Amino acid sequence: MRKLALRDEILLKIEKPARYIGNEINMVVKDPEQVDIRFAMCFPDVYEIGMSHLGIQILYDMFNQREDVYCERVYSPWVDLDQIMRKEGIPLFALESQDPVRDFDFLGITLQYEMCYTNILQILDLSQIPLKAADRTREHPFVIGGGPCSYNPEPIADFFDMFYIGEGETVYGQLLDTYKEWKASGRERVEYLKQAAQIPGIYVPQFYDPEYYPDGTLKSFAPNIPEAPEHVVKQVELDMSDTFYPEKPLVPYIKVTQDRVVLEIQRGCIRGCRFCQAGMLYRPIRPRGLEFLKKRAIQMLESTGQDEISLSSLSSSDYKELQELVYWLINEFTDKGINISLPSLRIDAFSLDVMSKIQDVRKSSLTFAPEAGSQRMRDMINKGLTEEAILGGAKEAFRGGWNRVKLYFMLGLPGETWEDIEGIAVLSDKIAREYYTIPKEERNGKVQIVTSTSIFVPKPFTPFQWSRMNSMEEAEEKRNFLLDKVRSQRHGRSIKYNCHDADVSVLEGVFARGDRRLCDVILQAYRSGCFYDSWNEFFHYSRWQKAFADHGLTMEFYIGRERGEDELFPWDFIDIGVTKEFLLREYHNAQEEKTTPNCRAQCSGCGAARFGGGVCMEVRTNESQD
Amino acid sequence: MKARIKFSKTGSMRFIGHLDVMRYFQKAFRRGHIPVSYSQGYSPHQLMSFTSPLGIGLSSDAEYMDIELDECPEPESMVERMNQTMNEEIRVKDFLLLPEDAKPSMAMLAACDYLIAGKPDHMSQFQDIGKTQKLLEGLLSQEEILIRKKTKRSEKVVNIRLNIYCASTSREVFERHTGGSYASLSIDQKEYPPILYCQLTAGSVVNIKPELLMEALCREAGIEYDPLAYQIHRLEMYGDQYGKKGEVHLLNGEAPCLLVPLSKYR
Ligand code: SF4
Repeated sequence: MRKLALRDEILLKIEKPARYIGNEINMVVKDPEQVDIRFAMCFPDVYEIGMSHLGIQILYDMFNQREDVYCERVYSPWVDLDQIMRKEGIPLFALESQDPVRDFDFLGITLQYEMCYTNILQILDLSQIPLKAADRTREHPFVIGGGPCSYNPEPIADFFDMFYIGEGETVYGQLLDTYKEWKASGRERVEYLKQAAQIPGIYVPQFYDPEYYPDGTLKSFAPNIPEAPEHVVKQVELDMSDTFYPEKPLVPYIKVTQDRVVLEIQRGCIRGCRFCQAGMLYRPIRPRGLEFLKKRAIQMLESTGQDEISLSSLSSSDYKELQELVYWLINEFTDKGINISLPSLRIDAFSLDVMSKIQDVRKSSLTFAPEAGSQRMRDMINKGLTEEAILGGAKEAFRGGWNRVKLYFMLGLPGETWEDIEGIAVLSDKIAREYYTIPKEERNGKVQIVTSTSIFVPKPFTPFQWSRMNSMEEAEEKRNFLLDKVRSQRHGRSIKYNCHDADVSVLEGVFARGDRRLCDVILQAYRSGCFYDSWNEFFHYSRWQKAFADHGLTMEFYIGRERGEDELFPWDFIDIGVTKEFLLREYHNAQEEKTTPNCRAQCSGCGAARFGGGVCMEVRTNESQD
Repeated sequence: MKARIKFSKTGSMRFIGHLDVMRYFQKAFRRGHIPVSYSQGYSPHQLMSFTSPLGIGLSSDAEYMDIELDECPEPESMVERMNQTMNEEIRVKDFLLLPEDAKPSMAMLAACDYLIAGKPDHMSQFQDIGKTQKLLEGLLSQEEILIRKKTKRSEKVVNIRLNIYCASTSREVFERHTGGSYASLSIDQKEYPPILYCQLTAGSVVNIKPELLMEALCREAGIEYDPLAYQIHRLEMYGDQYGKKGEVHLLNGEAPCLLVPLSKYR
């Protein structure tokens, strides 16, 4: 019988024991004795969220294709199990073999959002691995971080032996081969790190020292050993149609957030929205080939038995062969009881036609993400969605039978005025009015509009990395103002207004552009009981406030000031291809409310062309300009 | 076309709840290209129904499910086809095509066989088989075995004596009574040492859980009943060939009763 790390008694006591037993369909089974490297791949959040992440599935498949590696999975134990494990001293285990993570060679942690930082400490703590890299010995796994938050790894630098900057498909092989040599050599832990630091894309924090000015800003940031490069260059997979992509994704037993097969049609985005970090980090856009995608779609549905397939990308409408792909999926699969889901589609004739074919119009809703309420603001953030396009798309959809609309906006964008905020309410109302212009017989009951706002968080490697973020009080005031404005619209009662909590966003903002001094703040907050910070019910703002105060730091410093144009940022040592000059140019363009064309219309010379692939190498034709 | 599937559920799969087992089978059927029929409408679902599914933590060699099929060209190969897409801890054991007018198995369920075993990490008070058998006989010789039975809505004291058709620490005795053969099971009997076997009333009218019998036995032994100390393993489910709707068979009752395993019941 398969061994389980937890006794029956524990499994019967906790919520959803299926989170911890593994053995899902398509789980990879290897004999740990027969491999050279054991790699624990961790998503530091609860199973249902972690299992929904495509990146881990890609790496899991990639690692396990190597015969000398056994890659297993780890997720954050939920609070109920966490308590039991601490009390009984049960070490955190990987799902596949149910063996303790501390006996592995690597613990890879994917960093998808800032609010998981305390969960990283939970993972290390439960694994019984020293929280700080400096305290680890040859006996401990190497802890490696990756994913979007590793583009500013400084607030968590002390906890990691290294960070992998960029896409996992490229240099992991080299990193593992080097490890095998090191392991056989019996040399010191630091020796492997020195070698790793020389592999492109690998950042080893302990080989770099920050220095600060008295005002707290960064004075210098430089390597302290000759082996470590001054700049760490992000890794980019250039051939998206001849690379790792799972044919047999894992199939969870319990319902997870993304309970479907996911087809990543392209990586990157041509749009250049100025608030969007992903849009800059993953430049240049690289589409996957149509045939590659068709093949994977068939294989994945076949091997999982899932009843839904979803396309994934930052902006699916920009995939050139989208129509062909979508109609093929519909023809191939809808009569087999398989649902097709298409997030991030622009609303136009094509998408409405597709949506009417794949979903129940009466039950589904239209989604628009104008992000800002006024055209002036949308020009500032370079979101090329016009009011005309929104109203036109909505009208078409209303004629087709839809009556529900979801709208997404941000509050607190740089340069925002009260008028811009009011614009959110006005635009919501205009959409409702549009609905009532169609004859009563053609309407499908009342219109329902859900308007949601999140609080804008300036992120590194965006043109707004210099910008000030709104304080909690400002955000609250804006929210109340908007709520008032929504209510006073003609169709105010058809508009439901939702908003995010400001305190979590503030902390997210601090971590996003934080420096290495935050490591100890995070450590203290964790020690005082903070984890699962992204879950409202476990978020303790006052503990965080205390942790900052105890370390003589303020959140204000990180988010409350417009940063100087010549300021050195903690993440400047990372080279994502897109240059700081370009970002600064875009920052100025924003201030002047000037828009920048998308990559297919015209190259703006952002710097990502140096990778020599994707859209930067495409031949531009007139028809691709929109 | 109707069919009945018998399957086992053991090991880590004990911790997968009923709804998730259903989802597991839906996907397994799609992987295995089993032509299960779908309901009509915008979100069609596969037509399947489970017979009295187990609670979390219990294991089984005899779970049942009825399905509707569009077609079934090779019924003989179905067990094999399905097992190719299953994991090691949920295995299809039997596949039976049913006549079109077959009643759903849930409606026919009349009795179940169970094995109650000790857990590996619990010292069992019932290790001494001889002693346990004596206790059990003492219990069964009573006219009434009163147990507090909790349902979602109410709590009442019931007499379960007449719902215990058979109970014994001896596998041979139990097999002789039930006609089953329980020597090789999907539960590891070294790790989970058998304590006793029992056949109890089951179904939608009266359903006696084996935990109740264990609770009564603990009372008889003068020890506190700890539900976490025992592993319950289902061995078989039966329909009553003579049973009438809404009627519950009682031990030594006057109405004739013929229990037939659901996998043989048409
Ligand atoms: S170099 Fe030009 S085409 Fe390439 S990503 Fe940058 S702006 Fe777009």
